[in-house]
Amino acid sequence: MALLEVEDLGVTFHADRDVRAVDGVSFAVDAGKVVGLVGESGCGKSVTSLALIGLLPNQNTKRVRVDGSAKFDGLDLLRADRRTLRDIRGREIAMIFQDPLSSLNPVVPIGVQVAEVLIRHRGIGKHEAERRSAELLDRVGIPDPRRRLKEYPHQLSGGMRQRALIAMAVACRPRLLIADEPTTALDVTIQAQILELLKELVREDGTALIMITHDLGVVAGLCDSVNVLYAGRVVESAGRHELFAHPTHPYTVGLLNSIPRLDALRGEELTPIRGSVRDVLAWSAGCAFAPRCDRAIETCLTGPPSLEGTNHSFRCVNPEVVP
Amino acid sequence: MTALVEIKDLQVHFPIVRGVVFDRVVGHVKAVDGVTLSVPRGKTYGLVGESGCGKTTLGRALLRLVEPTGGSVLFDGNDLTSLSPPALRGMRRRMQMIFQDPLSSLDPRQNVESILTEGLAAHGIGADRAERRDIVCETLDAVGLPRWALSRYPHEFSGGQRQRIGIARAIVLHPDLIVADEPVSALDVSIQAQVLNLLAKLQAERELTYLVIAHDLAVVRHISDVVGVMYLGALVEEASSTELYQRPLHPYTKALMSAVPVPDPLVEERRERILLSGDLPSPANPPSGCRFRTRCPWAQERCAQERPELRVLAEGHTVACHFAEEIENG
Amino acid sequence: MTPDNLTPEAASGATAPEQRQDESSGLKGLTPKAKKQRLDRLAELAAVHADEKGRSLWAEAFRRVRKNPAAVIGAIVLLLFVLVAIIGPFLVPYSPTSTAWADQVKEGQNIIPGPSSEHWFGLDHNGRDEFSRVIVGARQTLLVGVVATSLGLLVGCLLGGLAGSAYALGGRRGRQVDNAIMRVVDMLLAMPSLLLAVSVAALLGPSLITVMIAVGVISVPVFARLLRGSMIAQGHAEYVTAATALGVRRGRIALGHVLPNSLAPVLVQATLTLATAIIEAAALSFLGLGNPDPAVPEWGVMLTDALTRLEVAPRLTIYPAVGIIITAFGFTLLGEAMREALDPKLRK
Repeated sequence: MALLEVEDLGVTFHADRDVRAVDGVSFAVDAGKVVGLVGESGCGKSVTSLALIGLLPNQNTKRVRVDGSAKFDGLDLLRADRRTLRDIRGREIAMIFQDPLSSLNPVVPIGVQVAEVLIRHRGIGKHEAERRSAELLDRVGIPDPRRRLKEYPHQLSGGMRQRALIAMAVACRPRLLIADEPTTALDVTIQAQILELLKELVREDGTALIMITHDLGVVAGLCDSVNVLYAGRVVESAGRHELFAHPTHPYTVGLLNSIPRLDALRGEELTPIRGSVRDVLAWSAGCAFAPRCDRAIETCLTGPPSLEGTNHSFRCVNPEVVP
Repeated sequence: MTALVEIKDLQVHFPIVRGVVFDRVVGHVKAVDGVTLSVPRGKTYGLVGESGCGKTTLGRALLRLVEPTGGSVLFDGNDLTSLSPPALRGMRRRMQMIFQDPLSSLDPRQNVESILTEGLAAHGIGADRAERRDIVCETLDAVGLPRWALSRYPHEFSGGQRQRIGIARAIVLHPDLIVADEPVSALDVSIQAQVLNLLAKLQAERELTYLVIAHDLAVVRHISDVVGVMYLGALVEEASSTELYQRPLHPYTKALMSAVPVPDPLVEERRERILLSGDLPSPANPPSGCRFRTRCPWAQERCAQERPELRVLAEGHTVACHFAEEIENG
Repeated sequence: MTPDNLTPEAASGATAPEQRQDESSGLKGLTPKAKKQRLDRLAELAAVHADEKGRSLWAEAFRRVRKNPAAVIGAIVLLLFVLVAIIGPFLVPYSPTSTAWADQVKEGQNIIPGPSSEHWFGLDHNGRDEFSRVIVGARQTLLVGVVATSLGLLVGCLLGGLAGSAYALGGRRGRQVDNAIMRVVDMLLAMPSLLLAVSVAALLGPSLITVMIAVGVISVPVFARLLRGSMIAQGHAEYVTAATALGVRRGRIALGHVLPNSLAPVLVQATLTLATAIIEAAALSFLGLGNPDPAVPEWGVMLTDALTRLEVAPRLTIYPAVGIIITAFGFTLLGEAMREALDPKLRK
């Protein structure tokens, strides 16, 4: 059985009108594997991850409705009570956010923040926690960890902060790590360092990793399987090699064709996807991507397409290549 | 082929000021420290580097939106650094800028028509409102925005459309030069290509010269003819786009290129990565000698003592590294 | 919203007469070109509607204010207040200055007649109709609040606007100008507000105008600091750089871009200041610095007069006090709602 099995996850925000941010998302994560959630702004990838660990703003109130199930080692995270969730968060499931500066407490030294996690979840003494914190910082590649422990977040560079955040996340050797655009705010050379670090953690500790990103390049280098999200639904899902070798949904193909590649021949035309993410159709009326899709046909407007296929599934009635 | 812009030994040093009552200068952040480059007419010069390398400051100093502290900028033969404020304001018609964040660079209380006519009014182009409106409408067509956009406000558009407004504002004056500072990095992936294609189309139609500043090597390579790589306030390598990507000579360029993820698992698995250790040193206190030496895997003693000058290693390919040949030959 | 000619029912051939037309315009049996057009139309439908006019930020903010129940309550309270202030004096049953019932008041025996069917709020210590006085007093109170706040707003914005634009766009010289102006403003700010008001009043002698000026002067540094800070922040905004790059003159940038974008917090503050101005004016009147003519009713003066007779007729303090509280509350509600509506962080 997979470590985390998400079935039919849906998130609805009740505002002036109901917004279905995530709709019927299913995926599974095994220990030691990396699953990618890929999509552009507003596709629901971050909402998915926040819903899983119960951190959506106003979650469990009338304004947000979460349905479906997310079985983490048999326990349904979406039905778990607050105390259970709080214990699981940090110890079993940890999260890394995009902006390390706002995720760290600005007035508390790094060392104290890392040690706090250990004291809270592992119940060890202060001295022991401090020693372990230094080890952790060393492990995530922060040089001179003893000195860094006493520094405040603003004294660290962006890359170092993200490392510190990762150190906090892996402090209790969680079984599942959720990384929400962990490298988007960083420079490419620092991004390469952080991705390498994440790979190492997965390889050495057997941690499962959910990688949320908009960057297909990052996915190609890191994820074992990939879910492409559009307007709250998975539109294509496959293993890494399969997806990049045979992209099938017009959206995936469009994304791949619209980014300039470093290894392509220069002067190669880019084929953008027309319109913008705002030009969506409600899934109930048809395929949400239809207004932007060059392959749209009449069937696209007659109802929501279903996710077809087992190893390589896609939600399209007129796919790019039939695998 | 003549150069439209010639930057010579440009320096921008920001003073670091301390003191409660009286300001005391305790040092300088050398954001741009002696950059020489020229942008050929009708071509695109791409400037890449990571955050804090001074590329944005260089772009703004070129347009004198930031005052340079040394060096000169020749724009079509005129030295911009010595122009009087009114003369500079007149010159601004010919050099425009596209910003990274289209929302923050558009006044939220101006509608599109007002945004686009402002430059026309400032330079006295167009006799009356109707004539200006014609020019504006023609510009809207050029950037692919509908006419009804005129009466709307920036917050009513999507990111990609806002960037089109920003581009329209830049081209409405028919400038010769456009400095584009990270023109696509704030946009969604699927929108980036639209904007890149639009920039290429406009360049072909209007014979524009671009200075494109970006951190994304793939983007820069895609649109540039010549690429310059900046590190800590200085140019470390310059070559034609094709040449640079086929044969990067500076260790920093090599590392940068190896770090860019490619959306192809097979390529990703085969690639050899040069992982740089550590972070960018502070530009207030740059390392002696070669600035890159603290992170360079090939650094030697000489690098700490002598600052490498840009050397021509092949036609149109200059590198600031003492050991570029040795590194290339293994 | 789904365009009706695209509903699944229409495509599956429902029989209702009004739907038959839809069916004929459905997607079935169309040429590829027509289909393409239909899809383009769909894309348009999913996007914004082309025929509506753009909505400015002020219009959007107004729409949000209207939706906020607190703002509506605040606005209603204020509307009533203004209405009372304007037409109240024509509606009151008796003249507020008439002492026709002075014989009923026996101060020596601690008798001040309470509410009755003739005098809804009873009589005051001079035998005047309290209800009429409270209603007519609203006018003076509103006048003090509005004039004092406008005065503070005007002078404060002038100083703050000058300092702000000098700092944001004037380079080194501008910074010196800003420094000079703001030190003066700081001196105003450093003085305790009541002390400042008392000094003004001492200088000009007690009168209603004194109270207005005094309360206005108190709010000058607040407005000046607020506008200056806001303008400096806006001065760093990218669109200012963009306008400079466009070749727009500095004066025009200051007036056309920086100032309009900096006004929102100042306007919010003005609404909130109106509330405090009314209370402060009442306090000054209470201290005897207000209108010396006791015949003209004003809530602050009424409160002062009533206080000495608190044990005899506590109700006389309650009427003007409740008036002041409700009014201040109304302004505060509206101000807070405006703050929320204009906050860029809450904007979608």
